Amino acid sequence: MNELQPLLSLTDVSVSFPTDRGLVRAVNAVSLEIEAGETLAVVGESGSGKSIMALSLLGLIPDPGKIDQGSIVFEGQNILTLNRRSVRAIRGNRIGMIFQEPMSSLNPVLTIGKQVAEPFRLHRGMSKKQALDEATKLLAKVAIPDPASRLNAYPHEFSGGMRQRVMIAMALACEPKLIIADEPTTALDVTVQSQILALLKDLTREMDSALLLITHDLGVVARYADRVAVMYGGRIVETASATDLYRNPSHPYTKGLLASVPRLDDDTGTRLRPINGQPPDLAQLPAGCAFSPRCPHVSDQCKVDRPMLETVASNHSSACFGYE
Amino acid sequence: MMTPESDVLLRVENLAIHFPVTKGVVFPKQVGAIRAVDGVSFELNRGETFGLVGESGCGKSTTAMAVLRMLQVTAGHIIFEGEDITDYDQKKLRPIRRQMQMVYQDPFGSLNPRMKVRDIIGEPLVVHRLAGTRLEYRNRVEELMDLVGLLPDMADRYPHEFSGGQRQRIGIARALALEPSLIICDEAVSALDVSIQAQVLNLFSDLQEKLGLTYLFIAHDLSVVRHICDRIAVMYLGKIAEVADSQELFRDPKHPYTEALMAAIPVPDPSIEAERSQQLIVGEVPSPQNTPSGCRFHTRCPKIRDECSKIEPQLQSAEDGRIVACHLHNPI
Repeated sequence: MNELQPLLSLTDVSVSFPTDRGLVRAVNAVSLEIEAGETLAVVGESGSGKSIMALSLLGLIPDPGKIDQGSIVFEGQNILTLNRRSVRAIRGNRIGMIFQEPMSSLNPVLTIGKQVAEPFRLHRGMSKKQALDEATKLLAKVAIPDPASRLNAYPHEFSGGMRQRVMIAMALACEPKLIIADEPTTALDVTVQSQILALLKDLTREMDSALLLITHDLGVVARYADRVAVMYGGRIVETASATDLYRNPSHPYTKGLLASVPRLDDDTGTRLRPINGQPPDLAQLPAGCAFSPRCPHVSDQCKVDRPMLETVASNHSSACFGYE
Repeated sequence: MMTPESDVLLRVENLAIHFPVTKGVVFPKQVGAIRAVDGVSFELNRGETFGLVGESGCGKSTTAMAVLRMLQVTAGHIIFEGEDITDYDQKKLRPIRRQMQMVYQDPFGSLNPRMKVRDIIGEPLVVHRLAGTRLEYRNRVEELMDLVGLLPDMADRYPHEFSGGQRQRIGIARALALEPSLIICDEAVSALDVSIQAQVLNLFSDLQEKLGLTYLFIAHDLSVVRHICDRIAVMYLGKIAEVADSQELFRDPKHPYTEALMAAIPVPDPSIEAERSQQLIVGEVPSPQNTPSGCRFHTRCPKIRDECSKIEPQLQSAEDGRIVACHLHNPI
């Protein structure tokens, strides 16, 4: 594999869902690259397309949605041209996934041991015994106390935080080069949330895996991400290094988001500056920039033409006419 | 530091709510109790915003439900406007309930999908026979919609035609219909996206200024609570760990649990995050059916001492006047 090639690159990927109200473009011409070992956070509010984008990487777009265009190249292979069997060989093996709901993403009628051992059986062709041994080691790694005796437990016997640890163990089983974590801690309490994220970050660093972190929490992004992509209305509107994005946000939407979050370190009594209006309806996106109806700097051009992602500084791009 | 009685809108004294755990279907036998709230006391002054924070299972919502008398109180007293309402029956509660209203967390589940917005907002008026003539009713509903930033010509629409933030505004308008003095917000902004959450938080502040409302604000998000509240009580496993002025609490948290909670919340700024201590507490909240002995936090506390597992610390004033339940600050 070419050293200069990124681990994963999405080029011009669009995903659409036919609905009663017409075709909904959940992801719209998104291009994105992830380098080996880095943590890229994709932030956006509900309906921004961040989760669907993540699912498209694994060929898991729910029916009747489909990928209309673009290419997804992972380790030199275009995932979109592979057959189902080849995608399955990558999923859970080279790419691991952690979902939001630890309650519903584990099978309630299978023991924890069986579920954690599954990737070893499937992708490594291990015997039952070998796989269970590996599963025990893995559970110890994600700090589950007394892992050997917990193999026979069922998911309902675990707390939310423990279940999410099990999910992480399963995702990391085959030492994937890329881990996709979709809101991995949203359903958890804050003290547990920070434990889980710290664990995830440590383990990915240890294995030199890249982490694609999908979240709506700007604090989590600041603590864990190297690079950030901001999504709005199915498109990426800004990408930058995490430090750069928070220090010099360029897109009006990013600025608005940062101004609307109450922070632990600001002056109390200050008013929040919310973004006016409502998030866009993906079935009826405005003609030009999707953010134009809510943008404080809107011009006539914004309502007609769609801005493309342009470089505003090194490693920093923004899709806004105000910065051309 | 006693506040004159007339300034206190709500006083909760030693409130306890226990839910029985039963075994057997035909002849159920009580085998234990979940001590959801176990001896909680606090006061709400007129016109202030008082926050209850804590992780799931700490009893913050149960406390709110008890204040509204929607739950059987096991022990303790709820005193509203100087009246002890703990043992009031439904008939006597009716006029009290006009004074306290609730805004719920889920903007989707808390509005009846088959009712028009006009009737959702106006329902409390009908229930309490305050609707008046048809014209008066319509005018009042439109006035309320205007107050919360909804266009009055949306009154004939159904809830599904509104976004999450707008629905939360409908819920707020409904809570305001009876001109209550106390509004209980149970995770009222948790389900909203950040840009919308900010709009609703600002609306709460504006309404307080305009109508002189008192809020009991329940949330798990410390940054939101810090933003909107004047005073905050931190709860852990059915007990209050610490009560303080919002600024003070964040500047100088006393209870180790408060410290841990704050350390767990990331600040949206990478340069600050890089310098913050990332010391995290271990473990998860124990089951309220089987609470730890002594201080309930001792199983996870990084500053544990010998006495912590034996003697339960009481919520009391420490030397510097701060109110905290911890042996570190109130040595025995």
